[in-house]
Amino acid sequence: MSHATTQVMGFEAALERFDPVLGLEVHVELSTATKMFCGCSTEFGAEPNTQVCPVCLGLPGALPALNRAGVEAAMRIGLALNCEVAQWCRFARKNYFYPDMPKNFQTSQYDEPICFDGWVDVDYDTPEGRRTFRVGIERAHMEEDTGKNLHMGGATGRIHGADYSLVDYNRAGIPLIEIVTKPIEGAGRYAPEVARAYVSALRDLLRALDVSDVRMEQGSLRCDVNVSLRPSPEAPFGTRSETKNVNSLRSVERSVRYEIGRQAGILADGGRVHQETRHWHEDTGLTTPGRSKEEAEDYRYFPEPDLVPIAPSREWVEALRATLPENPAVRRTRLAEAWGISDREMAAVVNAGALDLVEATIAAGAGQSAARKWWTGELARVANERGVELADLRITPAQVAEVEALVKSGTLNDKLARQAIEGVLSGEGTPAEVVAARGLAIVSDDGPLLAAVDEALAAQPDVAEKIRGGKVQAAGAVVGAVMKATRGQADAARVRALIFERLGVDG
Amino acid sequence: MSALDLTRLTAAQLSELLSSRTVSAREVAQAHLDRIAEVDERIHAFLHVDTDGALAAAGAVDEARAAGDRLGPLAGVPLALKDVLTMRDVPTTCGSRILEGWRPPYDATVTRRLREAGIVILGKTNMDEFAMGSSTEHSAYGPTRNPWDTERIPGGSGGGSAAAVAAFEAPLAIGTDTGGSIRQPAAVTGTVGVKPTYGAVSRYGLVALASSLDQAGPCSRTVLDAALLHEVIAGYDPMDSTSLAEPVPGVVASARRADVAGMRIGLVTELGGEGYQAGVRQRFAEAVKILEGLGAEVVEVSCPSFEYALAAYYLILPSEASSNLAKFDGIRYGLRVGDDGTRSVEEVMRLTREAGFGAEVKRRIMLGTYALSSGYYDAYYGSAQKVRTLIQRDFAAAFAQADVLISPTAPTTAFRLGEKLDDPLAMYLNDVATIPVNLAGNAAMSLPVGLAPEDGLPVGLQIIAPAMADDRLYRVGAALEQALFDRWGGLLIEEVPAR
Amino acid sequence: MPENPSAITRDQVAHLGRLARLALTEDELDHYSAQLADILAAVARVTEVATPDVPATSHPMPLRNVFRDDEPRESLSQAEALAGAPVAEDGRFRVPRILDEE
Repeated sequence: MSHATTQVMGFEAALERFDPVLGLEVHVELSTATKMFCGCSTEFGAEPNTQVCPVCLGLPGALPALNRAGVEAAMRIGLALNCEVAQWCRFARKNYFYPDMPKNFQTSQYDEPICFDGWVDVDYDTPEGRRTFRVGIERAHMEEDTGKNLHMGGATGRIHGADYSLVDYNRAGIPLIEIVTKPIEGAGRYAPEVARAYVSALRDLLRALDVSDVRMEQGSLRCDVNVSLRPSPEAPFGTRSETKNVNSLRSVERSVRYEIGRQAGILADGGRVHQETRHWHEDTGLTTPGRSKEEAEDYRYFPEPDLVPIAPSREWVEALRATLPENPAVRRTRLAEAWGISDREMAAVVNAGALDLVEATIAAGAGQSAARKWWTGELARVANERGVELADLRITPAQVAEVEALVKSGTLNDKLARQAIEGVLSGEGTPAEVVAARGLAIVSDDGPLLAAVDEALAAQPDVAEKIRGGKVQAAGAVVGAVMKATRGQADAARVRALIFERLGVDG
Repeated sequence: MSALDLTRLTAAQLSELLSSRTVSAREVAQAHLDRIAEVDERIHAFLHVDTDGALAAAGAVDEARAAGDRLGPLAGVPLALKDVLTMRDVPTTCGSRILEGWRPPYDATVTRRLREAGIVILGKTNMDEFAMGSSTEHSAYGPTRNPWDTERIPGGSGGGSAAAVAAFEAPLAIGTDTGGSIRQPAAVTGTVGVKPTYGAVSRYGLVALASSLDQAGPCSRTVLDAALLHEVIAGYDPMDSTSLAEPVPGVVASARRADVAGMRIGLVTELGGEGYQAGVRQRFAEAVKILEGLGAEVVEVSCPSFEYALAAYYLILPSEASSNLAKFDGIRYGLRVGDDGTRSVEEVMRLTREAGFGAEVKRRIMLGTYALSSGYYDAYYGSAQKVRTLIQRDFAAAFAQADVLISPTAPTTAFRLGEKLDDPLAMYLNDVATIPVNLAGNAAMSLPVGLAPEDGLPVGLQIIAPAMADDRLYRVGAALEQALFDRWGGLLIEEVPAR
Repeated sequence: MPENPSAITRDQVAHLGRLARLALTEDELDHYSAQLADILAAVARVTEVATPDVPATSHPMPLRNVFRDDEPRESLSQAEALAGAPVAEDGRFRVPRILDEE
């Protein structure tokens, strides 16, 4: 039980007194066509219990059959993380009872993971500049997901207070890869940033490998955060807490920061940190303890007798290594050079999670500067406002390129382009459809513009005088009035030219 | 042909009558259903008789034959299926209350192959609960009785299948063998039972007891019948990852060959019958003489690690079983107890398993849970798996000196119902000769070699072959069977008291 | 090797009952602890020959690398899946309230 009354220590103060050590466990849901141990479909959105068979329903007599694509994905993930691939490994049964477990054991890997002992470099920003941290990878292994419980009768839909539960086994047996880091030591005050950077880099890597949808909010990438504190880097590890329900990159960073403060508060008070599982709450920004169990579960691992050992040949391993996509960091350097942008500019693109989108927008015809501007500017702002990922916005790189093309051709100006994008995001259609429906195109016909110019000049005779007198800057007020009158659908430069024309002045 | 005659025939004989259309499959099925109705109230070999399904299947075979379709040799021959194998929409209980009334939505691969061969499945046979036992007394539905003496056990766990065959209720049955559950019942009922090489017969749909030991196999009254059935059920199955890809050895050809001249037959010192019942040892010794007379060379081999086989088995089996039986929790199928709206799922699971499992099952679940638990794994489960390696090595060394090994199948003839129920360890000793085979994964057969003089009850001889050399079992077994047939003027099973 | 491993206490049997989800009665706790002690004493002899140089065998046949293609197969229908369910509701298995978060 945690001491609810102990003050959470401020982050800076905590870092002064303690050295944080992190451990991150990430579960990746693979995007294979079938489950790990049976041929049931993995498609989303099916009616409950319609994607089950004797195997994944745990019926008496059923036996597992291992999905080759799951094994290959595990090996590719391990290779991309610079891991060793085991010469020989087995599956193991992890025995425990829970209603969403069809067999009341999970087929997983225990002391013989298929991949182990790797590393990945992650970049993070500090006031002093961009830094790189090497996160050690302990292991990556194969296992299966559970079914889903729906808790009924309670107020919140959560377990507490529920009268009963309804179980759907469609997701039971979905292939999972569990990736566990080695203890992350030496991040110091940047532990929250490093944790976030790791999960982000991992996500990029997995996306590049095309093994998973890696959507944290959908649950295809799940993160458990382990935090412990010690008085100094030389001291032995302290007791760690494990935090679950960390469903976004933001949550990763915030939960690490919070746990450091919470544990520091306890330790500074002379208390002991309990080894427990905690639940992160993004809305309130704190962790709460899970239900404490009387006895630690003894999983009684033993080698899975229904599956035979896997001994990947070195030829197979090398063949898979050849299929690995370009290392994301290497790719960033290459693209920065190709686009002629600085590290800082590239960092801005990467931080916004926009690299793939920018690249695709350029491929669709936009210039690199414009593509970057849109994705790291307006679209990033919208995504942030809505609390979603850039990739989740309802606009494609091709559509952004289309909008930019309209700007370049003079059909839209910057302001109108923003409106067009807003329309696409709202589901009104393609850029061309939005421009047409909303009548966004810049007025290119001088006729209506001249009428608006005359009206504006007539309304501001003193300004017109100034302009005639040579004060060309004063034209700005007239331009503004015309833009207002035309609801922004005028090319400002053309308006300005028309004003001077009308007044018989050289602009 | 009178109904009584049809049930006295072997599968091979029925096959000839059926293919020559001397008799129809429906007649054969009906004759056996009548026999079951006549004797099974006393014998209790069957937990479920699928009358409609059997007659329909028989009818389909008759139609196919009339249409001129090519049918397998066993098409139309009836069979009893041990209730541990799933059969779609037919009650499958594994001898347990926890699965009372459960009708599987799928056929085991073995079941499917039987159906595809046109074999007529008469029903599901009784067994020790979840195949844990050597007497079928641990069935939740009451024991099966030995046709030789109905106050005695028919062996276990597959007592139902063996008794059905011994009582002429079916010429064929399917059993499963984890530590002797096909062979020991065969021995005490005077019938033939074979445990094929591990992986030879698919386990998909075989409700698991000990996954690394279980195998389904044929039960019959003759070696040739067992061979015919063996060829139907064996073979690679992609649904079973432990299934062997190698082709099924020519067991029928070997059974017909029946010649042991020049073969080396090993007598295992540690399975020599020390401490076994006198009559068992006597009949075994006589059979050895017969084999020598047929031209086999008998050699002595020693397998010292076999002393530890029983101990290793009673660690490995409960460990795997404790995990395999965890799925029975009242959530997805079977019994649910205590769900009155006030209890948690944990409590309901505990009450369900407490009520649904018998004492032997609970004993082994706890034993297995203990052997796997943290702090005890290395000493118990880990050590037992090492003994397994030693046993495989001893077999390998023995098979360098002999083509097959032989031993008495069981230490005693059929004991009385209730005699060993209170002493689990005494019950476990019934499997001492059969267990090493399952630990190593080899193939073995039991066939009858006589009646013990002191009690007039059947004695079985076990033949053991190297993994994937199942055909040697049939070659030696058929030769011995023929010699005994000549000596007795018929099959031993003909001596079983008429009921 | 645990000290005197075959002496299994009533408390240990109760613990095993909890791990294995068996609601054992008081009588059973007494009864089984005696029987389990006997059995454990008999099986403990495996340690005599299980020396460090002997590898463990988990699979009797030397099979390796058995895989299945990532091709969808027909699933059970919802009705078939729920056919044996003690209690079903809305296409799902209904279970009594779950106390522990996993």
